Amino acid sequence: MATALIHVPASAKRGEIVQIKALISHVMETGYRRTSLGAVIPRDILRRFVCTYNGEEVFRAEMYPAIAANPYFAFNAIATESGTFEFTWSGDNGFSKTESVPIKVE
Amino acid sequence: MKRRDFLVAGGVGAVFGAAAATARATPAEVLEAVRQLTGPAGVKPGRVTLDLPPLVENGNSVPLTVSVDSPMTAADHVKSIHVFVEKNPQPFVASFHLSPRAGRAVVSTRIRLADTQSVLAVCEMSDGSFFSGSADSVVTLAACTESE
Repeated sequence: MATALIHVPASAKRGEIVQIKALISHVMETGYRRTSLGAVIPRDILRRFVCTYNGEEVFRAEMYPAIAANPYFAFNAIATESGTFEFTWSGDNGFSKTESVPIKVE
Repeated sequence: MKRRDFLVAGGVGAVFGAAAATARATPAEVLEAVRQLTGPAGVKPGRVTLDLPPLVENGNSVPLTVSVDSPMTAADHVKSIHVFVEKNPQPFVASFHLSPRAGRAVVSTRIRLADTQSVLAVCEMSDGSFFSGSADSVVTLAACTESE
């Protein structure tokens, strides 16, 4: 099963811009490679990554085969109130994974 | 034809054959993709900065940071950033969708580069205008699109 590594500051001041980093283990098989016998290796990629903050979307990415294996994203969000960041990855072969991380805002 | 000539010709043919098998996106395809994205609005250069290593040893994982010069307020912010390349099998790399809640229009990720090429980023602003920026990278070991 895919494991995700997420970094969100444990606490932040109200109005502060925090950086969020999210990494997930995934092969991101492009669908362009072939085996030594010439058969195409079927595509298996993540296509979508969504980050919500207390239910509201702050960042969304659509991915194509040109995203490297183990997709990594770093982006920013304004800390408005204490709550949770929810991260969802979805992709080929019914892949879906959701993680959530809390943040404390003073 | 001498034996050597024949071998050379065969070798060249094999190289071109392989190149044809792994179809590459072309600059025209990138332009078409950008045109479909922007519609009649057109793209202006500027405001978008790509941070990409100028020399890449391994094209399988190339760090890329795209930043857009924008105040990120409700009235004036970046709606989305789209990244394109010319010489990968397809022109699309990724699309990022942002909102004023991002605070800062900076996104980092890691991409694959199948060849020495330039990477183009087009951003859509909240007023419907488009800006673009690009960066070049020399790739010594390409991301594998061939056999294992």
